[in-house]
Amino acid sequence: MKKEQYRIVRNKRIAPGTFELVLEGNGNVDGEFVHIAIPGFYLRRPLSICDKGPGSLTIVYKVVGKGTKVLSEMTEGTVLEILTGLGRGFDPDACRGEALLVGGGLGVPPLYLLAKELKARGKKVTAVLGFNKAEELILVPQFESICDAVTVSTVDGSVGVKGFVTDAIAGMDRSYDYFYTCGPMVMMKAVCRMVECPGEASLEERMGCGAGFCYGCSIETKNGPRRVCKDGPVFKKEELSW
Amino acid sequence: MVKDLSVDLCGVHLKNPVIPASGTFGFGLELSDAFDLNLLGGISLKGTTREARYGNPTPRIAECEGGMINSVGLQNPGIDVLVDEKVPALRRVYGGCVIANISGFSLDEYRECCEKADACKGIDIIEVNISCPNVHNGGMAFGTSADSAAGVTAAVKSVCRKPVFIKLSPNVTDIVSIARACEDAGADGLSLVNTFLGMRIDIARRRPVIANKMGGFSGKAVFPVALRMVYQVAHACRIPVMGCGGVASASDVIEMMMAGATAVQVGAENLRNPYACPEIAEALPHLMEELGINSLKEIIGTV
Repeated sequence: MKKEQYRIVRNKRIAPGTFELVLEGNGNVDGEFVHIAIPGFYLRRPLSICDKGPGSLTIVYKVVGKGTKVLSEMTEGTVLEILTGLGRGFDPDACRGEALLVGGGLGVPPLYLLAKELKARGKKVTAVLGFNKAEELILVPQFESICDAVTVSTVDGSVGVKGFVTDAIAGMDRSYDYFYTCGPMVMMKAVCRMVECPGEASLEERMGCGAGFCYGCSIETKNGPRRVCKDGPVFKKEELSW
Repeated sequence: MVKDLSVDLCGVHLKNPVIPASGTFGFGLELSDAFDLNLLGGISLKGTTREARYGNPTPRIAECEGGMINSVGLQNPGIDVLVDEKVPALRRVYGGCVIANISGFSLDEYRECCEKADACKGIDIIEVNISCPNVHNGGMAFGTSADSAAGVTAAVKSVCRKPVFIKLSPNVTDIVSIARACEDAGADGLSLVNTFLGMRIDIARRRPVIANKMGGFSGKAVFPVALRMVYQVAHACRIPVMGCGGVASASDVIEMMMAGATAVQVGAENLRNPYACPEIAEALPHLMEELGINSLKEIIGTV
């Protein structure tokens, strides 16, 4: 963990209530998420990393409350104090063959960096990305540019397969060696039950410290209590008591 | 002039008065990769019970103006893991004052856990938590009457040779009478205050934010109330006090000490800023210089 200052380079609305935040700072950021201090709010906001490069960091977030609302109004040049090096992320080396990525809504962005890492290892990558409706689509062209196949589903059927990601997966006549999923808990549970191969899921829980010492975000797993912020947020399917 | 930050808690020397409060710093090792733990005068470890506890369901955390509510519910691996694994592991990297925080659901449990903590070489001080608001029939149930507080104190004192500090609840009508009862029952010191029982409601979902409905409120907002209680108790008792509640800066530490605290615990602030304690310890000598203080011991209870 490190406490660092990052400057906002871009904070742009990319879908209703959804923003792409690009930050610039020193060095390379490790970890699955960053914990951002927002002036006027007592606790930090944990946000997943969507993409990163040398000294830069991209986060896609949704305005879900007062804190993220304030964040969405911050302008270029504003300096944010963030904690980096937090969380245990997806393991691209766990996939031996073909990978299936399943993202739902705001669960899509954290899979982007993973998709790049899998492709860098020469894996075949299929992505299934689910949204409520056409206007809420995010990052689909970016996934299309790096993945071998991308299927989009929307609940209202305005784009792609009508229904949930599970409906899209049911319509795909193939098997995979490993899956990675991030999205609403009900979606991830359904994916874990439906997809037969081993895989991992990125969980969400209300956090306190974000660094594993307050025990505010514990979940029960088959291996005993685990902290979402430190032992996760990514857990193997077989660890989860789903 | 070199500033003297050291304090003495019942014969235990602390290089400075800054101690992360129980429950806001895990078992110490969780933060050992973030900074050198030896910058801290002491560390109060996470509340420990006889058996391992999973704790309360989530959400366990609710944000508030100037603070937060927690309802972790004493998640811990149990006293045996504490003394056999957690403390020895911490001792490999930390040479300061280690404070074990013990909670329980019966006098027997308090006694048994304290006896084991007393026998553990790496522990310097035993802090007895009779003020956890997040468990039923335990914790705070022992800390809200003078009689039961004295009962726990006498029970644990009968099995401990190490200094015993009783951690008091602010959720009482008269904290001074409870403090005095603990002192009369043999407590070597007092830690105060634990969190304030609080609640938040999610108005869109029409239900409590915290899964356990209520939890302990702490953070900057409670500082003036905690300070008042430290002041009252420190002036009514002869035993040393560890002041706790809303401390977030070096000036808060000085204020707590002027009110009568011998050492000062930093709690919720660690959750906002994991580096809060070393930053406060580093800021203290500069503030002492500004205020013309050479030794922190000089200012204890001077107001």
